[in-house]
Amino acid sequence: MKLAVMVNEGPYQHQSSDTALQFVKAALDKGHEIFRVFFYHDGVNNATRFGVPPQDDRNITVQWSELAEKHGLDLVVCVAAAQRRGILDADEAKRHGKDGDNIAPGFRISGLGQLIEAGIQCDRLVVFGD
Amino acid sequence: MEEGSVKKFMYVNRKAPYGTIYALESLEVVLIGAAFDQDVCLAFLDDGVYQLMDGQDTTGIGMKNFSPIYNVLGDYEINRIYVEKESLEARGLSVDDLQELMYEDEDDDWAEKPSIRVVTAAELSDLMDEQDVVLSF
Repeated sequence: MKLAVMVNEGPYQHQSSDTALQFVKAALDKGHEIFRVFFYHDGVNNATRFGVPPQDDRNITVQWSELAEKHGLDLVVCVAAAQRRGILDADEAKRHGKDGDNIAPGFRISGLGQLIEAGIQCDRLVVFGD
Repeated sequence: MEEGSVKKFMYVNRKAPYGTIYALESLEVVLIGAAFDQDVCLAFLDDGVYQLMDGQDTTGIGMKNFSPIYNVLGDYEINRIYVEKESLEARGLSVDDLQELMYEDEDDDWAEKPSIRVVTAAELSDLMDEQDVVLSF
């Protein structure tokens, strides 16, 4: 199956991102295609590279980046939600006059159209939220 | 899936309008999604029914009152807005407490008709079963 995944909550506050990650891994192991993972609402907070969670527990952002690299996943962060919450790439930072950017490797910022497109193109869109 | 095919999209709203951002941001998805010409409907259940209440005044909380946006959905050809009967009743509400959302039926000489359809949980369950894509906020 061709699957799309939506992550609506930030790391640690809710289990949603962990569960989505486990789901994506399991789906890939079963030979399914993950067309896109779309981060919306606080889900965009999964995409900051400045998180320094305690060493004795998982680093959710790094897990996503590593999984994306290993499988060529398309991790998309909604631009509107990201702007609201201060997740920026270099272009966005420049455009809005901010003195830094924080996006983690493997994530890209784009529009909500990417979510709708994923819904249209895929067999299933699975939402992980609260 | 052949090119240019149309899918049934349902946007499910379960949260009250201002305590969290889900209501506002889900509306943003609906508006952007409208450009993709899919078969769209909205569902409001649990505390989501509060999103459609008439006479919202947010001056006391310093937040933008975004309830007028629901009125433009008809212009975006979104005219099936399902509201769950049991959720209204559990909150002491009726359809009369909600905004009058209308659309113009192009198949009926542009007659103005109500977009809100009150449905039971069982009916909503059947409707969900018909969808290709269910986005839940």
